[in-house]
Amino acid sequence: MTLTGGHLPVLELHADDYEYEMSDYEGARARWCPGCGDHSILTAVQRLLAAEQLVPENTVFVSGIGCSSRFPHYLKTYGFHGIHGRALPIATGIRLTRPDLTVFVVMGDGDCTSIGAGHWVHALRYNPDLTVMMLDNGIYGLTKQQTSPTTPQGFPSNTQPRGSWLPALNPLSVALGVTNASFVAQTAEWVPSHLYATLRAARQHRGLSFVRILQRCPIYSSAIFLRAVQDPANIAMLVHDDGVVVPELGKLYKNQIAHDPHDLDAARRMAGATDRLHLGVFFRDDSKPRYEETRRVPPRTAAERVALIEKELDRYAV
Amino acid sequence: MLTETVAMPPGAGRRTVLHVPEHTVEIVSDSGEGAQKCGQIFGAVSAKMGNGVWTVEIIPAEIQPPARVPEGASGYRIRVGSAPVTNWGDATTLAVAFNEQVLLARHRLDALASDAVLLVENKWATDEDPEIRAAWDRAMVELSGRDYRIVPVPMEEQCLTVVDNPRKGKNMFALGMLACIYARDMDRVREQIAYTFRKKSEEVYRSNVALVELGYAWAEEHLDLRVEILPAATTDSLVVMNGNEALGLGAIASGMELCAMYPITPATSVSHYLSEVFERFGGIVHQAEDEIAAVGVAIGASYAGKVAFTITSGPGLALKTEFLGLAAMIEMPLVLVDVQRGGPSTGLPTKVEQSDLLAALFGQTGDAPHVIIAPATIEECFHVMITARRIAETFRAVVMVLSDANLATGVTPFPRPRPDERWMAEPIDLAPVPEGQKAYQWDARTGLSTRIIPGQPGGMHTVTGLSHDEGSKVAYSSGVHQHSSAMRSRKLAVLQSLLQPPPVYGDAKGDLLIVGWGSTKGAIEEAVDRARAEGLRVSSLHLRFLSPLEPGLKKIFRQFRKVMTVEINYSDDPGDPFITEENRRRGQLSMLLRNATLVDVDCWTRVPGEPLRPGAIVDAIRGQLASGGRES
Repeated sequence: MTLTGGHLPVLELHADDYEYEMSDYEGARARWCPGCGDHSILTAVQRLLAAEQLVPENTVFVSGIGCSSRFPHYLKTYGFHGIHGRALPIATGIRLTRPDLTVFVVMGDGDCTSIGAGHWVHALRYNPDLTVMMLDNGIYGLTKQQTSPTTPQGFPSNTQPRGSWLPALNPLSVALGVTNASFVAQTAEWVPSHLYATLRAARQHRGLSFVRILQRCPIYSSAIFLRAVQDPANIAMLVHDDGVVVPELGKLYKNQIAHDPHDLDAARRMAGATDRLHLGVFFRDDSKPRYEETRRVPPRTAAERVALIEKELDRYAV
Repeated sequence: MLTETVAMPPGAGRRTVLHVPEHTVEIVSDSGEGAQKCGQIFGAVSAKMGNGVWTVEIIPAEIQPPARVPEGASGYRIRVGSAPVTNWGDATTLAVAFNEQVLLARHRLDALASDAVLLVENKWATDEDPEIRAAWDRAMVELSGRDYRIVPVPMEEQCLTVVDNPRKGKNMFALGMLACIYARDMDRVREQIAYTFRKKSEEVYRSNVALVELGYAWAEEHLDLRVEILPAATTDSLVVMNGNEALGLGAIASGMELCAMYPITPATSVSHYLSEVFERFGGIVHQAEDEIAAVGVAIGASYAGKVAFTITSGPGLALKTEFLGLAAMIEMPLVLVDVQRGGPSTGLPTKVEQSDLLAALFGQTGDAPHVIIAPATIEECFHVMITARRIAETFRAVVMVLSDANLATGVTPFPRPRPDERWMAEPIDLAPVPEGQKAYQWDARTGLSTRIIPGQPGGMHTVTGLSHDEGSKVAYSSGVHQHSSAMRSRKLAVLQSLLQPPPVYGDAKGDLLIVGWGSTKGAIEEAVDRARAEGLRVSSLHLRFLSPLEPGLKKIFRQFRKVMTVEINYSDDPGDPFITEENRRRGQLSMLLRNATLVDVDCWTRVPGEPLRPGAIVDAIRGQLASGGRES
């Protein structure tokens, strides 16, 4: 029998004052296509992990199925590469059981807004403390170019070769419509400083932070963000001290909109705007209840449990 | 017999006392008239007086069926005996009905013994609505085809002397009558009423007690029948509950802390019970957005270090399938309870069936070996959860527990469990992972490996549903998949090596061996007793482990001329049109046994939407022994 694959995790115990570097979070070599936007997202995440000094063994990345869901394999943290569309229930189970762990979720657009749409809506409502990244390239990539809910209307694919029939689903509007949603943002992988700043704001938010990351697929949907990539005038930056501010981007992205992310009505209006892509934090509210905190119960020792079970059995005693 | 309906029994002087080893009582009414509450109290009091008891609910298919229609019959059936009672028995010997239409329903279902005593509310006979009077008359004609003894009782008229709304009181009046007929201890009856209505006002208690006493006094004066069933001789300390409560309490005693579920009949009452009490024990019930999310949350919790469980029924099991395959692939400990109901599809949501066995075993795509255990009694519903959690953790495996609607709603006393700290899971251990230890460091002989959980330094890896090697790295060579498949499968053989051959009920040799699984144990063994009393050489065997199967079956089967499973699932009858030896679709367990033993295991299965009656199994035994058939 032969075993293939990379090396196994090696024991690395760090002293408390050890400072993690980006390379400490590197897992297997990423196998995405050259030019795939996922590479830059992986880099931003590694930079975030180092900036936040997250302890690798106390960090979990949960993903579904699709190109982007290979993400956990490329990090040296704990990872859970599950099944299509179901990352959020798994991540919720982890948070409910182990609030000491920092949990990230990585999904694609098909994963999150199509097969996993039910879980997406309900996870937003449960609002567990999860950093949720939806890597949206508007296409199914791993299965080779099928229309996804976020595929622009008219865009041809292998399943809708004469152009997608329906107007694209707007994930921001959906997320902003869910009761108890507490953080909704949009960023783009081709603006790395904004991507990083947005992920950092998301990570620091307590509750479910939903970040839609616009991501180019060079093979199957290279054209869909072309207008915004080529001309910064087609992008509007939402800026606010409680949102994301990247000063150096001001020169390139002249459309700056001061938006208070506590203003839900304004957030919903802008999410629906079709003139240009809006990047930034649309909404945040740290006061929304977090499910794992709402449900927390005092732990019991085995001995306490046995005594309580005896009492419960008394109720049924003949 | 119709004439007897008008003859009121004489007074105390000519009372007949029936001394019987057992009687089966039922109270049946329109939905919402409280017959179930009456039955529950009668059953609980009987159990507390030391009788063997087995109760079943009579449930209408709709939540609010119209009044006075046979399909609306709702109630409770209690089999009371001197010895422990292991199943619901054959037919009702005494029924109390709040109208003649619900009684008709029971008659048409063949639920009433041919000489049953039927106490029926008589106000309908003289109702001002001529259609109701006509319906009563037609019902009496239909019922007259049997030797029933029909006793009209002025329940409403009597209740109105105590309360304004008899619809809310008849059940307690009926309870009083039953307490008189069966000489129930009235102090215990009052105690049980106080417990049942503990959340209601003192006034409710007082009026209910007054109604019970009224029913008792009325029966004392007007009914000549008295039934004496001596209590069972037992020194055991007993508890009495239904199978779903036992599952819930067993889950608590197993140390599990998270139940993730989505509402589905007949499983949901486990979660109702747990939702009421679990937090006191440090656990929670998570009601997920759907069946898929429920198992996903449980898997997430298990991954994080605590074995969690999910509870469902057939349609939910189908939805969870993909996640169950994932759990098998990543060797995630998980307990799944399937309280089976009639299927396929929505099927018979409130009725018993044992037809999920093959779906549970083979439902996942690819090869996804896992453990299946079926409790055979309500007592086992408690203990199976402790076993299941332990096996799931030790073998890093999915363990499915197959209960059914018969166990779920049946109530019977059983020896009080003695909870033990050793039943609980060890606390999460976040010790560093020894250098070089891999995520799936399979022991080459057993396939067993040590689980690494998040938070353990040095153990970082990504679990994946993709084929993977010992280090959980995605595997691209065929050798890895062959080996990892073998390792996951081997664990079942190792588990089987730890099990004992199942005991045979009756002689170890004979003409016929009945093999059953799940809730049919009581009925099968009672049938075997009766058949043996007729001189038939029949024994039985009851399996708890369905995957892996318990060891030594072939050797046991060889001692019998014939082997036949008895199951509550569908199989073709050999004599039916087009059915041949080769195309016959067989009972689910019999298919597994034929495969595992190469013995020609026959089957007798029925899907009546009710538990099997011992009498029907005796008939099947006689039929099997009378037929030629192949020998084992």
